[in-house]
Amino acid sequence: MIQARPDTEAEEPAAAKRPLTGAEIVFECLLAEGVSTIFGYPGGANLPLYQHLPSYPQLHHVLVRHEQGGAHAADGYARSRRGAVGVVFATSGPGALNMVTGLATAYADSVPVVAITGQVAITAVGTDAFQESDVIGSTMSVTKHSYLVTRIEDIAPTIREAFHVARSGRPGPVLIDLPKDLQQATMEFEPATEPVRLRSFPEPPRPDGMKLRRIAQLISEARRPVMLIGRGVIISGAETEVMELAHRAHIPTGWTLLGTGAFPVRDPLALQMVGFMGAGFTNRAVCDADLLILIGMRCDDRVTTRLDSFAPRVEHIVHIDIDPAEIGKNVVPHVSLVADAKTALGALLPLVEPKREHEWLTTIDQWREEHPIRFVHRNGLLQPQEVLIEMYRRCQDEAIVLADVGLNQIWAALWFDYRKPGRFLNSGGTGTMGYAFPASMGAKLSNPDKTVFCISGEGGFVMNMQEMATMVEQNIDVNVLILNNASLGMVRQFQDEFYGGIRSAVDLSFTPDFVKLGEAFGMKAMTTDRAADVGPMLDEALAHHGPVLMNFDIDRDANVYPIVPLGKGMLDFVEAS
Amino acid sequence: MSQSRLLSVLVENKPGVLNRVASAVRRRGFNIDSLSVGPTDDASVSRMTITVQVGRQQAEQATKQLAKLIDVITIDDVTGQRVVAHELLLIRMHAPHSSRRDVLDIVDIFRGRVVDIAVESVIVEVTGSTEKVDNFIELMRPFGIKEVARSGAVALVRGDDARLRLLDFELPSGEPEIHPVSGDDDEAVDTTGNV
Ligand SMILES: Cc1ncc(C[n+]2csc(CCOP(=O)(O)OP(=O)(O)O)c2C)c(N)n1
Ligand SMILES: [Mg+2]
Repeated sequence: MIQARPDTEAEEPAAAKRPLTGAEIVFECLLAEGVSTIFGYPGGANLPLYQHLPSYPQLHHVLVRHEQGGAHAADGYARSRRGAVGVVFATSGPGALNMVTGLATAYADSVPVVAITGQVAITAVGTDAFQESDVIGSTMSVTKHSYLVTRIEDIAPTIREAFHVARSGRPGPVLIDLPKDLQQATMEFEPATEPVRLRSFPEPPRPDGMKLRRIAQLISEARRPVMLIGRGVIISGAETEVMELAHRAHIPTGWTLLGTGAFPVRDPLALQMVGFMGAGFTNRAVCDADLLILIGMRCDDRVTTRLDSFAPRVEHIVHIDIDPAEIGKNVVPHVSLVADAKTALGALLPLVEPKREHEWLTTIDQWREEHPIRFVHRNGLLQPQEVLIEMYRRCQDEAIVLADVGLNQIWAALWFDYRKPGRFLNSGGTGTMGYAFPASMGAKLSNPDKTVFCISGEGGFVMNMQEMATMVEQNIDVNVLILNNASLGMVRQFQDEFYGGIRSAVDLSFTPDFVKLGEAFGMKAMTTDRAADVGPMLDEALAHHGPVLMNFDIDRDANVYPIVPLGKGMLDFVEAS
Repeated sequence: MSQSRLLSVLVENKPGVLNRVASAVRRRGFNIDSLSVGPTDDASVSRMTITVQVGRQQAEQATKQLAKLIDVITIDDVTGQRVVAHELLLIRMHAPHSSRRDVLDIVDIFRGRVVDIAVESVIVEVTGSTEKVDNFIELMRPFGIKEVARSGAVALVRGDDARLRLLDFELPSGEPEIHPVSGDDDEAVDTTGNV
């Protein structure tokens, strides 16, 4: 049985005023933050934490098999459920450094994670002691903030502040480096009651009424409006407000890779993913729009492709984001609003008059027909999309879907087809191969009632496959689909199309037998290369309580389309042929 | 167009803050011309004054990125505002008997002071805008400069409003309490005009 329990109300802290060790204070504080699950790995510098962990049976500790897996699991735990914060422990030196990629992944995608790393004794810090590394220095650019705790009195306030920082504003990972001697020291502990307030970190301002009226006016005047939404919409839980706005003013709405799932794909106003590997009709809509409303997104280069090709006919750009540094960073808006998406849209909606630009909607429908997202069957080989279509059919608009990085990720995003907002998790900002599998473990523990599908390439899967041991040990019911093309597919496609067709270091013909591999770890494992087997295999996986590894040997030459050739503009997309 | 921007930053007085600020600037690929840090009247707050060579939009980006740091309390791009921006120069001049008088005449014009004197040389202290200090150094060059140490600019905006008071989050935001700055304004003394 899965030991998962949803984060509870903050628990009653232990009786006040008895001396506690620093380690116990950590656990008291985690409970006070509503934490119920910790991913972690022990080692010399966090042994005091592990010494006291068993006295907190309310905390479910998941022993991951690699700290990178732990960081991604904490990310998946937080990313899959609004309000949840992922917690991960690691020891000093190599343990902490193994988490760097996981923290960077969470940082790029604004995921609230609190990492607590053991550090050598404070008296030894700076002496190049055994397993000492400068963890603060090494993680500074991949965390929202980090703390080196130097006094036992600071442990509790630091943890409280860390959770506050991780959760608020634009969320992100926070690291606490906790020297071993402080974990062992004792003090009289009194739980804090005051909420955390940071003078440098104010609440975002209320949306400015003048700007809201201006935006409403721009919407009413626009002839060719388009809305694009990103992960900010999901973080703030503004899916309903986005839907309402889209429908009130009939604004076709597309999304970024990380915004996938925020808008119902089957909605008549739905565009698709935009940009580099976005849908042709969506890119055309953006390039023809006179009003562009960007919400909770960064406008990075995967969205804009060549910057000067992005939205050439636009007369007004409205950008709403909670992070002021994102406003004007890549695309300079005419009207900007630094605000939480839900708050901003909630305030905007009453000002927006119902309208409908018939001609524009008709044009878009025409483009939608001209540029469908499609795939080509070849010589009876199993196409990845055939697998995905069968999988999405079984999601019932509810399942949590994770994708790794590469072709599998883009296929999974483009074929996501929910009728209502849903959860699609992937490493968008850093494109970290090996993210999905450990993250899916966190997602399932965070949402024990939901079906979880994890899509991965065979390349990315082996990057963190050690977590099979964790999955099996904890009996975490995740359905893994390996779309096996025996190559580093996306790199192979780039080489074929943009690097002179020279295939170099992309052949993965020598991959393990995934059935044997899965079984060696104790997973239920299956494989096929036939379309007819896909549905039954998925049904069998869903009927099985526990982790399942499914290998699909797909067409090795299947590519992602559409794609904008490197260095080209939004309208230069190449489609499947 | 690249330009020298003057950023006045109030930060938490904590270890590692300088590292964070410098890293954030470096990460965006900007070069710091000068950076000075020092305490303020509030022991928990330090002031950094940073000059960077960047365009206006880059400066905005750098400012916003810095503002995001948890240890940065406020940041103001005070370029072009009415500010007093001064730096301190210590310069060791080759000044044997034969040229000493001429050196000291120029020091006088710049309202500098001799802070150390030896047989062959003097150490002179000059404060003022970066431009003034630059000019002074140019005039010293023919006499033989032995060593130079400059502090980098520190700056305050002129007038009555003090940023530090705005930090007190107990106050209703947007309602700055007036906090008089000392009226010690030596603009008149500045030989090169102000920034
Ligand atoms: C950690 C990491 N290393 C390298 C890359 C570069 N990269 C991007 S996609 C890709 C190929 C992924 O291959 P696979 O996991 O088999 O997925 P496929 O594209 O074949 O679906 C590579 C190597 C990356 N994104 N992450
Ligand atoms: Mg592959």
